[in-house]
Amino acid sequence: MSAVLVPRPATAADDKKVLTVAVSQSVDSLSPFLASRLLSTSIHRLMYEYLTNYDPKDAHAIPGLATKWTPSADKLTWTYTIRSGTKWSDGKPVTAEDAAWTFNKMMTDENAATANGSFVSNFKKVTATSPTQLVIELNKPQATMAALDVPIVPKHIWEKVKDFSKFNNDKDFPVVGNGPYVLTGYKADSYVRLEPNKSFWRGAPKFDELLFKYYKDGDAAVAALQKGEVSFVADLTPAQASALEGQQNIKVNDAPGRRFYALATNPGARAANGEKFGNGDPSLLDQRVRHALFMAVDRTTIIDKVFQGHAVMGDGYIPPRFSTYHWKPSADQEIGYDPAKAAQLLDQAGYKKNGDGKRVGKDGKPITYRVLCHATDPEDKAVGQYLKEWWADLGIGITLDCLDNVSDPWLAGEYDLAFDGWSVNPDPDFVLSIHTCGALPATPDDVGATDNFICDKPYDKLYAQQLAEYDPAKRAGLVKQMESRLYDLGYMNVMAYPNAVEAYRTDQIESITTMPEKAGNIFGQDGYWSWWSAVPAASGSDDSSSSTGVVVGIAAGAVVLVAAGVFFGLRRRATADDRE
Amino acid sequence: MATDTAAAAAPKKTERPGTGYLRYGAGKVGGAVVSLFAVLVTSFFLFRLIPGDPVKYMTGGRQVSNEQLAAYRREFGLDLPMWEQFLDYCGKALTGDLGTSYQFRAPVIDKITEALPNTLILTGTAFVLYTVLGIFLGTRSAWRHGGLGDRLNTGLALTLYSIPSFWLGLLLIIVFAVGIGPIPGLFPTGGMESGSEEGFAYVIDVAHHLVLPVITLVAVEYGQTLLVTRSALLDEMGSDYLTTARAKGLRDDLVRRRHAVPNAMLPTVTLIFVNLGRTVAGVILVETVFSWPGLGGLFYQALSVPDLPLVQGLFFVFAAAVIVMNTLADLIYPLLDPRVGR
Repeated sequence: MSAVLVPRPATAADDKKVLTVAVSQSVDSLSPFLASRLLSTSIHRLMYEYLTNYDPKDAHAIPGLATKWTPSADKLTWTYTIRSGTKWSDGKPVTAEDAAWTFNKMMTDENAATANGSFVSNFKKVTATSPTQLVIELNKPQATMAALDVPIVPKHIWEKVKDFSKFNNDKDFPVVGNGPYVLTGYKADSYVRLEPNKSFWRGAPKFDELLFKYYKDGDAAVAALQKGEVSFVADLTPAQASALEGQQNIKVNDAPGRRFYALATNPGARAANGEKFGNGDPSLLDQRVRHALFMAVDRTTIIDKVFQGHAVMGDGYIPPRFSTYHWKPSADQEIGYDPAKAAQLLDQAGYKKNGDGKRVGKDGKPITYRVLCHATDPEDKAVGQYLKEWWADLGIGITLDCLDNVSDPWLAGEYDLAFDGWSVNPDPDFVLSIHTCGALPATPDDVGATDNFICDKPYDKLYAQQLAEYDPAKRAGLVKQMESRLYDLGYMNVMAYPNAVEAYRTDQIESITTMPEKAGNIFGQDGYWSWWSAVPAASGSDDSSSSTGVVVGIAAGAVVLVAAGVFFGLRRRATADDRE
Repeated sequence: MATDTAAAAAPKKTERPGTGYLRYGAGKVGGAVVSLFAVLVTSFFLFRLIPGDPVKYMTGGRQVSNEQLAAYRREFGLDLPMWEQFLDYCGKALTGDLGTSYQFRAPVIDKITEALPNTLILTGTAFVLYTVLGIFLGTRSAWRHGGLGDRLNTGLALTLYSIPSFWLGLLLIIVFAVGIGPIPGLFPTGGMESGSEEGFAYVIDVAHHLVLPVITLVAVEYGQTLLVTRSALLDEMGSDYLTTARAKGLRDDLVRRRHAVPNAMLPTVTLIFVNLGRTVAGVILVETVFSWPGLGGLFYQALSVPDLPLVQGLFFVFAAAVIVMNTLADLIYPLLDPRVGR
């Protein structure tokens, strides 16, 4: 059954301080070369050091495995100083060679590039010039070199792997690593167990065990928290949050999230070769129409009614928690809520109302937009109903296409508007790149990295500039210009930044670092701060089932099971003609 | 076993004994093989109708180049024409290779064998209990049909049968796992194990986790067996041979156990085998509420991608289980009732 090599007492009655985290997402792979899901990558953050990390206060790059990194004058060579004297959990030293091997593997083996290949696509050569020096040569300047989110693995273990597409790193425990925790056990959809790495260079975590335990149903996870069976639950619904609010020994953490929630407009889908496809409504190619539609969206109502206060009003593309890059429109640039002005704009653009009060397109037919929404997302559906109301007042009809899988019509460009949202990283490069012309599919039959077919020359020029700008302040300035341009275009209208709503037991967790530290989330951070820093509560009522509880429980279960049967069974009466 | 008291004259056929059954059996097994092949074909084409681009899903939310996307398509053979993919699929399936799961990067057969024991522990335990309970209460209900016991019995069974299983599960979690008022939290709120036990303690731990999901399943499932058993027995109740048995002065429960029930078991046996086939498929709702790491949950995850190889593989295994069990039932009937298969 389990292949756990760590000796452990067979009784649960020991005083181990266990931090139990309720999770629902399945692990896609425990190999850092394959894993892309949030849970898996969060676990890799705990198992392996990265070259750099992000400061818990403001997410700027800070040392990880590398203590220093400097670019050459021509911007094409980066030299990293690797921390000396740290060890893998099996006692072997960690050197620049491990990092060089990790990157080279991704550059030479297609299967090893599955998860993080994009980080090395611009690398020309990676070498370890000494045990403490790593040199990366680039094809083009790249400003994201302190944001390489790639777990560095031990060469002496991983060079034995034959097929990177099939090795999932989930059979032999403990798994050798150098992060704050060591992976000591895993059973699919049951649990992931980690134990502190006593020799971690920042200091070992305070808990004796970190256990990610599966609760596939949100309400069951909340019940487990109330009981004390788990210490922490993430992704609470507003209803669950208010139910937990004010309960004894439970703290609800309602923190600024890293997501934006937007309404995207089809800009006329096309491929990189210039071919147009899809069937977006041509009226949406008029900027005045896009602005008018957004002016009729009352974001305050969306925050209050749909998110029930668990969100922040949206404006710029990057959420406010990333203070370095967050941008807000000025008062005269802002597309605020103003239905009257929205109607004026539509009139100016030539979309007048007919006798029935419906606005008419250039083809003489009343305008009805198709809005793509995720059937699994209650927010999409709720906001969709409001849009119906608000835009009907403008004289515009909509049909909500709520699908389990929106990617087909989306990729085919067969929609007018769509609900869209992304999680943003400390380095904004990726979420900016998905709106460049370079991300368009090669031909209509291909799939590109584009989010929704935006292709705008001035924006692209700024994108190239920021990627080659090594001065952080100047780069931030360029990124803000890009956000401003994106805002004016009106193809991506950010409505809200949903909060991360989580809860934990204060009788099990004394203190824990959020990110950002002032007010931020605990689960799925860019770094290992929360689980590494967590301090067990002194009173720690470790709710492991005592053997009496088990016996009582099983007995009770048996009683319930046979009670009904016995009840009727005992009522067997002898018949009148019964004889011995 | 039932002794045929109706005493039909023995058929005057000059065939070797046993060939009738062999021919009957061979026919049933042949039919099963054909069905299995039909399922293989269906599973391949049916799930190609699910909308969604698996490659786009696999790379969802990450930076990928078109080259990488093309590499994915090559890796999973999605760049080949449909008929070639199909031949490839059939050829491999014959050797027990059901392909590689898109999302887990692992052989489908491994994912299935990983979760199957978990599912069988849950559904198998529940199956035994609800079958025994259903037959036990069903026969008693029929024997005293119309009485208070019968009305209570069928009423309760029907009520539980129509309760949504996930709702009942959540209710049990709130009452017996978290605890309400004077009732302490006796059972875990979910999962199959606490993740820290080994040896005998592990077995106890799993048993402890089993109680609530099993109660949920038994509660919603036993009614079906009860009602089928009850109605089958009611059909037999007026038979002459029962009157004869009573006239011989046999005790009432002997008449029931030795004479009536065996003859009334055929519909119940059919249901038992159907249910046995169903146990393999797991139970998505109950597995979800109780976070049970079984095939039901795996199937749900596979569908939501869609993780085609995993969906196909699971569908094939589920269908095969039902086909195999039904064939077994067909093969056993003649042994229970000599009138079948002649």
